Amino acid sequence: MNAWNKPGFWLPLALVLAAGAWPLITGREATREVIFTALISVALASSLNILLGYTGYVSFGHIVFFGLGAYVGFYMMSALDLPLYLAAPAGGLSAGFLAFLLGKAILRLRGAYFALATIGVNEAARAFVNNFDPFGGPIGMRLNFRFYDAYGGAARALWTTFVALVVLTLILLAVSYLVKSSKFGLSLQAIRENEDAAQVMGVFAPSAKTWAFVISAIFPGIIGVLFFFKNGNIEPGDAFRLHLSIETIVMVMLGGQGTVLGPLLGGAGYQRLRGTLLVTPLFKDIQLTVAGVLLLVIILFVPGGVVGWLRSRFPVLRRVLE
Amino acid sequence: MAEVLLPSLIDGLLLGFVYGIAAMGLSLIWGVMNVINLAHGPIIALGMFGVYLSFSYLGLNPYLALILVAIGGLLAGVVIYAVAVHRVLNAPHLSTLLATFSVNMIIIGLGTAAFSVSPYNVDYSLGSASLGSIRVPVSRLAAALAAIIVTALLYLFLYRSRPGKYIRAVANNRGAAELMGIPSARVLALSFGLGTMLAALAGGLIATFFPITILSGGGYELRSFVIVVLGGLGNPLGALIGGLILGTLEGVIPVFTITTWVPVFEFVLFVLILLVRPSGLLGRRT
Repeated sequence: MNAWNKPGFWLPLALVLAAGAWPLITGREATREVIFTALISVALASSLNILLGYTGYVSFGHIVFFGLGAYVGFYMMSALDLPLYLAAPAGGLSAGFLAFLLGKAILRLRGAYFALATIGVNEAARAFVNNFDPFGGPIGMRLNFRFYDAYGGAARALWTTFVALVVLTLILLAVSYLVKSSKFGLSLQAIRENEDAAQVMGVFAPSAKTWAFVISAIFPGIIGVLFFFKNGNIEPGDAFRLHLSIETIVMVMLGGQGTVLGPLLGGAGYQRLRGTLLVTPLFKDIQLTVAGVLLLVIILFVPGGVVGWLRSRFPVLRRVLE
Repeated sequence: MAEVLLPSLIDGLLLGFVYGIAAMGLSLIWGVMNVINLAHGPIIALGMFGVYLSFSYLGLNPYLALILVAIGGLLAGVVIYAVAVHRVLNAPHLSTLLATFSVNMIIIGLGTAAFSVSPYNVDYSLGSASLGSIRVPVSRLAAALAAIIVTALLYLFLYRSRPGKYIRAVANNRGAAELMGIPSARVLALSFGLGTMLAALAGGLIATFFPITILSGGGYELRSFVIVVLGGLGNPLGALIGGLILGTLEGVIPVFTITTWVPVFEFVLFVLILLVRPSGLLGRRT
């Protein structure tokens, strides 16, 4: 496939590459932390977009995969002393496997019923990890500081994690574009528009939906391992932050659901906005309210998000922005 | 065993009535306009704080304050409908879910700024009554009684009054109802208001016997989802019965195992029912 000729493919990749290279060149830790946080949001939003934007299924449980992958990977690192490059894919695979099993069960539900079931899954997962002793229960687990020696010390390990996250985000955006432009992606979008009609036209909806769910779950699983490797300790409250699931939905909607570039702009923009609000005295206490008003305005007046709005306002951009 | 089981059974059952009317609000809104109101929890919390504020600052009896809370809940619902829901009513589910969720964020954000997340308590006690060998707080009995009265009034309203019949007609077939000259936008706003009114009332009743925080509505919102699915989405009486079932389970399960496992059971049950009978245990077969 000749994806390199399409600006819709390389534009998001170039943006991430530039953002990732910036702190590597300047060597400033503060910039790295800001971009690290932004990239986590971008990657969470882009992976959710595969399910939410392309397939049209609202999941309030995206963070379950983040938390579960993180716990599995962290358990491998702290209890079994396995290196990061094994733990991270294992976290991703276990999240993908959970999505496969869950998908077989709850993807039979449509629309609002599916959304409700994902709320239940999110709550059940949190309550389960809180009570499950090998994972440390409510106290969680921590990494021995000497674990970082294999990565050239803690300071070097932070840079390694950052580079890994940049690479992962690049892969994810490429996958997101390839899924969207492939036949598989077309069948997902057909399901979004009208599931019954899609099935009549020969789309085998159950397996297409399940694979979309699996792909969207693998990435948060890996991100979870990276995030908590960098953190050094893990607790149920940090790993299963329900409101992060919702914030991820806000990011996707802000940037434009069902587009490749949208979650990138939405994730980075939302983090930027949140950072600004947190340090503004007037909005410090009510930043949640401001985010809510923002979300409401988007849903009521610009349902396509930033990218959707640009595409419909300036038809020229349709060839550039996917 | 029996002397532990029976009191916790009755405790749970009485609490179940209150869960029931919270869930009824959610169920009514779903039944009339196919919207899942994700602002349900914050409305419950607002009901709690309505009772708390009118008791602490106006010196009102908490049960009289419920009348104020009901009126406030009705108005709040109409406003929420007009601002957030009406425009996206015919858009895909995602839009209404997110629109009501943004209302949730707005209320919680303002509420946390005003009350912080620390607990408050309505300092009002009715003592406790003895039923044979079992002692039950009177406030629980009063709450159950209030829940039954509210349910009866709701049914009288829906089946005997003209606006109630409009609501059922719009729920049944909005297009046909409009052709018969029913002002559907106003009827939908009224139904949304009734739904939030029930949520606010449930919150007010909870405030009479539990300490409250601005975030405690969330737990009741999740329970309402479980109950509504138990009783069948869009079936108010089913919601009351579902509430009784859940209340009983919550009373009984901790006798046999550790309390922290209760949510695991609840949500596993919830997902299982969604899978096996999405129309609910008491709902119509689809």
